[in-house]
Amino acid sequence: MEKPDYRHMPDEHGHFGPYGGLFVAETLMEPLEELREAYEKYMQDEQFLTELDADLQHYVGRPSPIYHAERLSRENGGAQIYLKREDLNHTGAHKVNNTIGQALLAKRMGKTRIIAETGAGQHGVATATVAARLGLECVVYMGEVDVARQEANVYRMRLLGAEVRSVSSGSKTLKDALNEAMRDWVATVDNTFYIIGTVAGPHPYPAMVRDFQTVIGREARQQMRQMTADLPDALVACVGGGSNAIGLFHPFLEDEGVAMYGVEAAGEGLETGHHAAPLCAGQPGVLHGNRTYLMEDRDGQIIETHSISAGLDYPGVGPEHAWLKDTGRVQYVAIDDDEALAAFHTLTRTEGIIPALESSHAVAYALKLAATMKPEQKVLVNLSGRGDKDMHTVAAREGIKL
Amino acid sequence: MSRIEKTFSRLRSEGRTALIPFITAGDPDPEFTVSFMHGLVSAGANLLELGVPFSDPMADGPVIQRASERALEHHVSLLDVLEMVRRFREQDSHTPVVLMGYLNPVEVMGYEDFATAAEEAGVDGVLTVDLPPEEAHDLVQALRSHALDPIFLAAPTSNRHRLEMIASAASGFIYYISLKGVTGAANLAVDEVARKLDEIREVTDLPLGVGFGIKNAEMAATMSRIADAVVVGSTLVSVIEENASEPDKIRDKLHDLVHEMRTAMDRA
Ligand SMILES: Cc1ncc(COP(=O)(O)O)c(C=O)c1O
Repeated sequence: MEKPDYRHMPDEHGHFGPYGGLFVAETLMEPLEELREAYEKYMQDEQFLTELDADLQHYVGRPSPIYHAERLSRENGGAQIYLKREDLNHTGAHKVNNTIGQALLAKRMGKTRIIAETGAGQHGVATATVAARLGLECVVYMGEVDVARQEANVYRMRLLGAEVRSVSSGSKTLKDALNEAMRDWVATVDNTFYIIGTVAGPHPYPAMVRDFQTVIGREARQQMRQMTADLPDALVACVGGGSNAIGLFHPFLEDEGVAMYGVEAAGEGLETGHHAAPLCAGQPGVLHGNRTYLMEDRDGQIIETHSISAGLDYPGVGPEHAWLKDTGRVQYVAIDDDEALAAFHTLTRTEGIIPALESSHAVAYALKLAATMKPEQKVLVNLSGRGDKDMHTVAAREGIKL
Repeated sequence: MSRIEKTFSRLRSEGRTALIPFITAGDPDPEFTVSFMHGLVSAGANLLELGVPFSDPMADGPVIQRASERALEHHVSLLDVLEMVRRFREQDSHTPVVLMGYLNPVEVMGYEDFATAAEEAGVDGVLTVDLPPEEAHDLVQALRSHALDPIFLAAPTSNRHRLEMIASAASGFIYYISLKGVTGAANLAVDEVARKLDEIREVTDLPLGVGFGIKNAEMAATMSRIADAVVVGSTLVSVIEENASEPDKIRDKLHDLVHEMRTAMDRA
């Protein structure tokens, strides 16, 4: 096979090989075309990019540092572990890189109302935050199950002035919140901008969200060179929809010496069927506007997912990851709830950094991987978010009520 | 001539507009669907739209979402829906049946296998809500080679270029979504619909159906003056929902409502 052109995907119709594309009802086709035009125009626009950079620096706090987790590396044995500290961003996760970008675009397009879907609440908070700052009306859709397990983030969104609408259809989680946001959008496209929180959805979202998140990988590539005079041997990131992972991976795709691992949620174990690992254990299909790997039954119905982390609890995955899996450029692996929790505690105790449960999946796999490598090798982990939002979940696991 | 073409040309010669009721297959229980279909025809329906239940009906409002959920409680699959059409055909060989649903169940079955099975069952047309013409090439080919009409949506947001693309991919009829929103929404602006239908007629000779938001006989009558077909969904599905605990009553109630609409349309 010819070497794929990683840097120029998707094609003009939003396809990553057989994946991606535009699978929505007719009403949204023209609005999506307008969005694509605006995104392509402003991603070339000096003034837009300057404003975006300034916001990322002064409001988000970028560049986020890379931290050499020496004690963790020593106690684990094997390769040196480095953390890309997206947890130190304003609002506590990588999600804000994307919401800043899309909100600036919304303003340029003259939209006055913002909607979003959220699972863990991190994207909802990041959206409510930028909406507050720009004075835009904001509605966030969130599954009833997630509203219950991410109470603190629900309250944060309300403090920021957003209206949180609890979604009680289907499995009452992230996928249903996305359905509901789409239903809102189809009726309100004239004044409303839909900020999707991950590299899923119809074209141009997977490409656009990726482009806003690649700031992670661009910084990391430079920082690793400065710190270690070299590129890392391996990158590790958790994959829900896949935005923090593609953000880190994309700028390294042509660096052949850099191995990449996307870590899905194995939930109670891949063999139990109670997981959220479409790339490891699903099959291709069409959902939420694109063709990708899905968790579905043999009738093509989407099945309920399970993960201890709400942000990974999604039955699909961004189409670019589906393509990167098939091309073999990225390896996709899975970490179960217990392994993620163990890594959560390990990182907290050895380095004084409390990771999000989503990010803990990446840490868990990095620990396994590093142990098989040499001490002079380097593994860079995307620490996509901080764990404050997960205090209740972790405490409840230990029978403690906060 | 296909069953859909025949139906429209007969109605046109009679100066009448087609009435197309929509129900979700398997709602509230799969054993009733075929009987409901016959009941709708006897009340004056000219074509039937049968919803294929899907776990994530992104383009549907709450009423049809819940219909999907009720059907899925009985694990109604695409194959089950085709079986219902086959049974319907045992007694009705002239009323066209259009399946309306989402792409993924078709995708999982495989386009060619699906088209073969649908033709055998007696399906006439297929509308996949989340499949715009841009992505539809392979499915359209499979459907055409099995004498099935690919039905496409047109929307208030479709510009001239899109309308041309839709017209060249579609056969049977074109389904105009009369408002920006999901199924079952309110706020129908008749003048705007009429204007858009004129615009669509500039690019196609196919019959034009209008649906989304037609809630009663009066609205059906109004639409019948400007469209070739009127599609009624959420209102009927609401009747099914309200009587889900006494499904024996549903057939008669659907009959009354559709008959009322048919009568109002014929008077218009
Ligand atoms: C901290 C954190 N990491 C990761 C994710 C997963 O999303 P993605 O795969 O798009 O990065 C989430 C989603 O809510 C999150 O909050």
